[in-house]
Amino acid sequence: MSVDAKELDEFRKDVSAWFKENAPGDPGFLLPQSFMEVGNDEQFYFLRDWQNKVYEAGYLGMAWPAEYGGGGKDQAFQDVATREMTAQKVPFMTNTIGLNWAGPLILQMGTDEQKAKYIKGILSAEDIWCQGFSEPDHGSDLGNAQLKAEQRGNGYVLNGSKIWTSLGSYAKYMILLARTEQGTARKYDGLSFFLSPMKIKGIDPVPIKKLTGEYGFTQTYFDNAEISGECLMGNEGDGWKVAMATLMFERGAAGGQAGGHSMMTAEVSEVVELARKSMRDGKSAVDDPMVRDKLVTMIMRERTLRLNNSRGGIKGLTQERPMSLPMAGKYVATEHIRDMAEFAIELQGQNAGYYVGDEAAVDGGLWHRSYFNAFSATIGGGTSQVQQNIIGERVLGLPKS
Amino acid sequence: MAKTKLAIEFSEEQETLLDIASNFCADKSPVAKVRERLELEGGFDPDIWKEIADLGWLGICVPEQYGGSALSLAEVVTIVEPMGRHLLATPFVSTTLVAQLLMKAGTEAQKSTWLPKICEGAIGAMGISEAHGDWDLGNLTCMGTRDGDAVKLSGTKTFVTDAAAADIVIASVSLDGSPALVFLEKSDLASGTMDKESIIDETRRSYRVNLDGISVSAANLLEMEQTGSALTHLHLAANLLTAAEMCGGLAACLNTIIEYLNTRKQFGKLIGSYQALKHPTVDILMGLEASRSHLYYAASVLDDPKEGEIAVRMAKVQVNEVFSYAGDRAIQFHGGFGFTFECDAQLYRRRSLWCENQFGNAAYHRKRLANLLLD
Repeated sequence: MSVDAKELDEFRKDVSAWFKENAPGDPGFLLPQSFMEVGNDEQFYFLRDWQNKVYEAGYLGMAWPAEYGGGGKDQAFQDVATREMTAQKVPFMTNTIGLNWAGPLILQMGTDEQKAKYIKGILSAEDIWCQGFSEPDHGSDLGNAQLKAEQRGNGYVLNGSKIWTSLGSYAKYMILLARTEQGTARKYDGLSFFLSPMKIKGIDPVPIKKLTGEYGFTQTYFDNAEISGECLMGNEGDGWKVAMATLMFERGAAGGQAGGHSMMTAEVSEVVELARKSMRDGKSAVDDPMVRDKLVTMIMRERTLRLNNSRGGIKGLTQERPMSLPMAGKYVATEHIRDMAEFAIELQGQNAGYYVGDEAAVDGGLWHRSYFNAFSATIGGGTSQVQQNIIGERVLGLPKS
Repeated sequence: MAKTKLAIEFSEEQETLLDIASNFCADKSPVAKVRERLELEGGFDPDIWKEIADLGWLGICVPEQYGGSALSLAEVVTIVEPMGRHLLATPFVSTTLVAQLLMKAGTEAQKSTWLPKICEGAIGAMGISEAHGDWDLGNLTCMGTRDGDAVKLSGTKTFVTDAAAADIVIASVSLDGSPALVFLEKSDLASGTMDKESIIDETRRSYRVNLDGISVSAANLLEMEQTGSALTHLHLAANLLTAAEMCGGLAACLNTIIEYLNTRKQFGKLIGSYQALKHPTVDILMGLEASRSHLYYAASVLDDPKEGEIAVRMAKVQVNEVFSYAGDRAIQFHGGFGFTFECDAQLYRRRSLWCENQFGNAAYHRKRLANLLLD
């Protein structure tokens, strides 16, 4: 499907105007920076209403099939809308796991019934999704997941626990990786993948306090929780394959997401502004040669991410290792964001000692919070170190560690 | 800070040239040949040079009226990158830069005489460095003194690569208190002296050219009014092409590392399975990706005065840091073998040490970028 440039340009104007007019102002309480930090009801309902409004306006799931609640349009429209949301810094789309991981997965390999049942609620934010992959003892070693799913009658009985469940307190559904067979020769072969309900007897999400002092994750306990056989995604024993497909969506290595931004990302221009108002030896920090050197490095890295994106679409410039840029995106971007937030703290001089809650905290403690929260992305979805292994093995062909 | 579009453009011409040049360089310059050429007095193979001229690569940027194909440096980048990758030493970059100087500041007579010859394979060299080692092309101690219609030259230019083979050298001198570019033919150079320099990158040939005793006609001066802007352009063009050469070298250096990590065993395992080696190698790949993104973006926006300068400096900074690291790690990761001349790691490290310090290193460019981006 080709898109008329003029039509797209008109659309850009419309969407820009809509967000300017409809963006919610300051809610009067601290909003989370990403879907991983929705820590109280006030925040959650505010964000859910906002996503619903954006969906109703037609700016979410624009390229998903119309028969399931999507817009049925070309992806180019959604990309424009998403860019506009990010640029205008409107609040993020809180149902990220549904929109960007579970949704595209269901559209890719789900049955028609599953699509009809789940897709619209994902877009409207009526049905919030969470992810049950990591376990207390199995984080990076995901293939070793131990939560038990035992077949009983037509369904399964779940026992064990999952951890780092973002939105666990609010989710209606979970994408769940569980062990249906013990003692298989390969640990991966005993795994199955479920679209599990959350609000049932035997499932208990318990909030975890994060290093920032906020909430947003749960440890989710399963105690003889019974789910139906229809919750199975793919075949029994195919769980690892389905989980890997999910991770491709999560890491942005595969397309098909509903769109919308999932976090408020600081831009380097804000760090430059911070440097201007910070002091070094009686002058603006932006005049300090060492600070200038570092700022240039940060500006360059932000450009690298955007230029990699641009080059990624050019076949003649990605021939040698076509999967390199798509596989590297998460690792490179998340490390940059953490580094940048850390530098922003350091720019504040003595005032770097303040934290959220003190009236003198620079930008309300935004940078400290950003720095801590940035670890959720350098750890979640496969740590940077695991990403390095994956890139080394799959892109460079190095032997397994 | 205004938001720039940051889109890379890659034309069909570029795609075709990159493809042809990659095959050409792979064919002409396997590493065994590179090592053979280290022993050659002139450093490069004249037959290959003739083929390069026949392919029309020397005239890519040259206007059609002078026998070129009127494309741009963006196309030249796609040729220089594979040359760097295969360590193919020729005077291609210096000749291209000489043509750039002529196009920017040459008199009509100079252009109509020399640009067609360059397109056909005349070799150009540049005398723009001096003993002080300053990257500032305007910091000149070599002098031109007017003597009637003649200009008498004095002082020494350093790092004049391929000077011995050159048909023309363009040298910078201070004349009447401003920088001037003077055009020297082989016969002019004969009045001065030339000594071969011992340099870090042994694939190249470089000379110290003493201008004392050379006197040329004022007609050999490039246009004085254009000289300042021509030197600015030269600085950027040279950085762009050096970055291209380095991106190629970096890609080959990475492959050298990967090959060893996939064949060498220690403690019963391929050493590539150890994360202490694997993770830095992945970071080199990330750096290569970033370098190529910045390079091809710089090639796309070179004509934009401000964005072009920003992009070229960033391209050089990026690849400088990564190639330096990759060359260094290539030696280290080869262990004892890495310490030998026989190991190819030294070829890349020598190449990177040379290129990194041509036309400004990373910190030098970052300082200028700070002025462009923050003030």
